Amino acid sequence: MTIKVLGSGCPNCQRLESNVRLALENTGMEATVEKVTDYGSILGYGVSSTPALVVDEKVVLAGRVPSPQQLESLLRGA
Amino acid sequence: MKTAARAPSLGGFPAVRLAFAAAVWVALYVVKGPVFDWLVYDALGLARSTRLADAVHFFLFDTVKIVLLLVGIIFAVTVLRSFFSVERTRALLGGRREGAGNVLAAGLGVVTPFCSCSAVPAFIGFVAAGVPLGVTLSFLIASPMVNEIALVMLFGLFGWGIAALYLASGLTLAVVAGMVLGRLRLERWVEPFVFETRLGGQVLDPSRQLTWPERVQMGVEEVKSILGKIWPYLLVGIGLGAAIHGWVPQSFFLRYAGPSNPLAVPVAVLLGIPLYSNAAGILPLVEALHAKGLAMGTTLAFMMAVVALSLPEMIILRRVLKPRLIGVYVAVVGVGILATGFLFNAVL
Repeated sequence: MTIKVLGSGCPNCQRLESNVRLALENTGMEATVEKVTDYGSILGYGVSSTPALVVDEKVVLAGRVPSPQQLESLLRGA
Repeated sequence: MKTAARAPSLGGFPAVRLAFAAAVWVALYVVKGPVFDWLVYDALGLARSTRLADAVHFFLFDTVKIVLLLVGIIFAVTVLRSFFSVERTRALLGGRREGAGNVLAAGLGVVTPFCSCSAVPAFIGFVAAGVPLGVTLSFLIASPMVNEIALVMLFGLFGWGIAALYLASGLTLAVVAGMVLGRLRLERWVEPFVFETRLGGQVLDPSRQLTWPERVQMGVEEVKSILGKIWPYLLVGIGLGAAIHGWVPQSFFLRYAGPSNPLAVPVAVLLGIPLYSNAAGILPLVEALHAKGLAMGTTLAFMMAVVALSLPEMIILRRVLKPRLIGVYVAVVGVGILATGFLFNAVL
């Protein structure tokens, strides 16, 4: 599984990234986490509310930072 | 993750918990006056209407009052805003003409959840969806200028008249400034890559995928996150306010910065630009300044300059706008704030 965190590096994007890593640790899921900061690529996913989360090239979340628990169920369903 | 859009429904609405929280809130709000009267004048034994007693009472009373107001407002506004999104707003604005488009953009700028850190993707997204530059700028001006937290706090501190005035003048300013900037045909001062960016993929609207418990949870987290961020500013603001309240003579500002002094408004705006604070942090200070005779127009101009013209936001917008466009933007909004200040000093 490849997870991409879309955002310009603002505090919210960093919170989302660390929450994703926590959720992965808690569930024991294997995934690579990448950051996408280039605006062209972010808009290329159709995203204009950052931070956003892309799992295996599909946008699953935009414009908010869920808790690690919410992310766990989101990642399990992805 | 279910991708199907779920319509908002009242399923799982946590009515009992919300009613309980509201009851606690009201009880605290009502009880704070008598409690602090007793604490300051009886338990601490400070004599009424001495400077120290006034300042201490102001500090305690205002801290509790403002924190309570903030908790209630931030929660309610966040839940309300979870029904709006930049994506939905953009769809509403796409293809609108100038004029009506500017009015709609300014209104939506107030309610759309938006942090300045996502100003750049939002800007590019608007332009890519065919929203005219002037309409986009109306949105970007209204969003920080008419801050709904500031609006409700003005209502709590000064009454509905001033709050309505702030809302009306902020919206008018965003509409007029956006129309002026749109007429100037400044597209050449937008970084070229903006026009080459294409919106791709399946657009996910963040406002359509939430359940009620999720919206309530977002409200609770936003309260924690904002209070966690602004409490130092809040305490400094209330502390300064308390000092002004206790030690600055009555009508001090009336003498030096009253409505008759034409320099008061420009000086207030210039002081406000480098100051960057959350609207909530600046309001306790604003309240104390006004209580000592600073004219309402000057007070509002100061607050608008602090929230709408901020250096960090200019630096973020530099990614998509050339310096000359940022210069014109600051000039047009600045002139608008000055005009608002003078107008209200003259009328009120």
